[in-house]
Amino acid sequence: MPMNSPEKNGVGKEEAFRPKIVAFCCNWCSYAGADLAGTSRLSYPAEVKIIRVPCSCRVNPTFILRAFGRGADGVILCGCHPGDCHYTTGNYYTRRRMTLLFSMLDYLGIERERTRVEWVSAAEGAKFAETMRDFVATVTALGKNRRLEDLRCRN
Amino acid sequence: MQKIGVFVCHCGTNIAGTVDVAAVAEALGKLPGVAVAADYPYMCSESGQKMIRDAIREKELGGVVICSCSPRMHEATFRKAAAAEGLNPYLVEIANIREQDSWIHRDRAEATEKAIVLGKAAIEKVKRNAPLTAGESPVVKRALVIGGGIAGIQTALDIAEAGFPVDIVEKEPTIGGKMAQLDKTFPTLDCAACILTPKMVECAQNEKIRIFSYSEVSKVSGFVGNFRVTIRRKARYVDETKCTGCGECTEKCPQKKVPNSFNLGLDNRRAIYIPFAQAVPKVATIDADWCNMLKNGKCGVCAKVCGAGAIDYKQKDTFIEEEYGAIVAATGFRPISLSRYEEYAYGLSRDVVTSLELERLMNAAGPTGGTLLRPSDGKHPHTVVFVQCVGSRCEDGKGKSYCSKICCMYTAKHAMLIREKYPDTEVYVFTIDVRTPGKNFDEFYRRAVEEYGVHYIKGMVGKVLPEPDGSLTVRASDLIANEQLKLSADLVVLAAAVEPDPSARPLATLLTASMDTNDFFTEAHPKLRPVESPTAGVFLSGACQGPKDIPETVAQAGAAAAKVIGLLAKDKLVGNPCVAHSDEMLCNGCSSCEKVCPYGAIHYEEKEFRGPNRTVLKRRVAAVNAAVCQGCGACTVACPSGAMDLHGFSNSQIMAEVDAICR
Ligand SMILES: Cc1cc2nc3c(=O)[nH]c(=O)nc-3n(C[C@H](O)[C@H](O)[C@H](O)COP(=O)(O)OP(=O)(O)OC[C@H]3O[C@@H](n4cnc5c(N)ncnc54)[C@H](O)[C@@H]3O)c2cc1C
Ligand code: FES
Repeated sequence: MPMNSPEKNGVGKEEAFRPKIVAFCCNWCSYAGADLAGTSRLSYPAEVKIIRVPCSCRVNPTFILRAFGRGADGVILCGCHPGDCHYTTGNYYTRRRMTLLFSMLDYLGIERERTRVEWVSAAEGAKFAETMRDFVATVTALGKNRRLEDLRCRN
Repeated sequence: MQKIGVFVCHCGTNIAGTVDVAAVAEALGKLPGVAVAADYPYMCSESGQKMIRDAIREKELGGVVICSCSPRMHEATFRKAAAAEGLNPYLVEIANIREQDSWIHRDRAEATEKAIVLGKAAIEKVKRNAPLTAGESPVVKRALVIGGGIAGIQTALDIAEAGFPVDIVEKEPTIGGKMAQLDKTFPTLDCAACILTPKMVECAQNEKIRIFSYSEVSKVSGFVGNFRVTIRRKARYVDETKCTGCGECTEKCPQKKVPNSFNLGLDNRRAIYIPFAQAVPKVATIDADWCNMLKNGKCGVCAKVCGAGAIDYKQKDTFIEEEYGAIVAATGFRPISLSRYEEYAYGLSRDVVTSLELERLMNAAGPTGGTLLRPSDGKHPHTVVFVQCVGSRCEDGKGKSYCSKICCMYTAKHAMLIREKYPDTEVYVFTIDVRTPGKNFDEFYRRAVEEYGVHYIKGMVGKVLPEPDGSLTVRASDLIANEQLKLSADLVVLAAAVEPDPSARPLATLLTASMDTNDFFTEAHPKLRPVESPTAGVFLSGACQGPKDIPETVAQAGAAAAKVIGLLAKDKLVGNPCVAHSDEMLCNGCSSCEKVCPYGAIHYEEKEFRGPNRTVLKRRVAAVNAAVCQGCGACTVACPSGAMDLHGFSNSQIMAEVDAICR
């Protein structure tokens, strides 16, 4: 099988836009859901890179702003379903915090579709893959995040 | 600068088949701080671990990144290997390039590129890892078993046998579960009661076992080794300590029209009842939905006839709180409701019954005293048709997609028992196919066909029609002969699919244990940890984990008990060091973190700090109790001054991962 040099970011010259997506997943449900998607060989675009956090409530809104500042085109936060959080109440905080963050991003003129919160249980491998496919498609359609990217961080 | 070692696993071809592992090692090896980067077919193997250990020792590594399967799989393995070489285990990070890369992507270049990014993120994270030491917590040496079927009974007996106290919480008035309702059991055809009831009695007599029947778990807090559980003891309106189980009340109660749930509504019982003669505990219970005294204050017969003075109409639900080191879920299963299967006329004709109802119809202690009679007219059936896979292996959304596993065998049992007792009765069994993987199972099925002359037909029943003369017309297809069949039957038996008990889902939420899409409890590992739930300290026993027959249930029950005993035998548990901590210099004592902590792990201390001009300032600062903190991180986000951080998932670590991924 011919292999493209992995060091180069991308393949051809007229390369199609490939968004950078950061997915924060709580360890107990969504990360396990992502693992299940893997074990079940349910594919979703490689643009998605997962960061494991103990609970969705560990995600500070500044992490999301940081990701956008560094050039992410979309950020998705996944946690256990309401009521199922391993720490019982974590995702309720997440829900409230993210509502605030999203309305702030809205105010800043960032398309609402670039951020998302999803509840994915450890059993929902199929939902995880489906959600990621959908999110990547949405962000791809939106195009590059130019508004929040901090050009000083580009390299 | 810290020296980092990077180890890329091929996982046979699982990873190497899609990811160019050598290219990943090469790319990561060039990053600043990386002292060694290598790939190997199986990092988790003995020799793979040795490779890591040698590198730690020879290169004096200060951090290790393994690019391999999910950390949920082998994080502990690699941490142990590092610890063995004197490297703090928390200086190991895993980049998940199997479940989250090679298994889901097909394009080699894309997958390789992603593996490199994930590796980079892990390297950036590990650079900011701090050596951590786990705290210890004591273990409460008592276990809780939820569900008192054969699974719960066996688990409890085995734990008690090892010398640890066990409580059984059973929602019904008696323990025993489904097995108590069965007649004879495959593959040996010994009677269920004869082998089950001695075990029930053993439970009642064992000093180490307490049975909370007619009770449910209503609240669970704490963690492995230290659970706090609230048990709701439902009002049975009978004082358990006084009732002698004489049964006088159950004969005198004037309310005779209550469908007998133990006999699945095939006959009636009284409003005050003992489910069956060998019930444990043998104590009467008043069915509040039917008792005239409880409903309108008019009756009181049972209180009058009770010589022990055990009846108490004013009894209320009570709540008890207990501490446990381990919890076992043994909530079992039930046959699915057949209300959506109108084609089989279940509910239209009383002579269409489920297999569990047939068990009662054949049971010597059942409504017919063990003589097989049609429920409609009490006549002896001459043709019996069995329909297999009703709602099992069903893709139309009406039933369950899985195989219920036990039906082939119990149907062969039923067919054989009927042919043995009533040789004049013809028995037909319609199947998709017959599944008999089990010791002596195929022999058993062949005996039904060859010795007992049961007619097995490959094909499904399309419709069951009740006729005016009381018979049932069965329309079916014979796939081998390729023809449509029309049979006249006296009794039709449906092998209904099994599903988890509906109370299992809310229970799983209380336990924070995960379930699959069918609401069966999931195991920590489908092959290697089949009796543990992913939630530490919660174990699984019996059919609540998946359809099972009795031999398998008992085997699993014993295995769960062994795991519990192993846990309770420990005096101390090593905790999770990835807990929150506060920077006193930044903390302004605002209490934001305290309010969001679900465990009450944060308290405040007055502390003295050096002020300007040699003054002393007293400030109120947050302090975290590491033994209580579970490490969710809610406080770190709530803290307005950035004083709270989480070991193992610190702000700077997560930011570094973000940066590495976005670059
Ligand atoms: C028709 C039929 C015939 C069968 N014949 C055979 C046979 O011949 N041979 C064989 O090997 N197997 C047979 N089986 C299978 C056998 O019944 C099961 O393997 C066995 O009963 C499983 O035991 P269990 O303890 O896991 O579940 P169960 O027997 O279902 O017990 C679970 C118990 O937990 C209780 N419970 C549930 N939820 C809660 C809760 N939230 N709180 C407290 N308590 C709760 C229930 O009330 C019940 O007492 C048959 C099954 C059926 C349906
Ligand atoms: S642990 Fe999953 S959201 Fe809290």
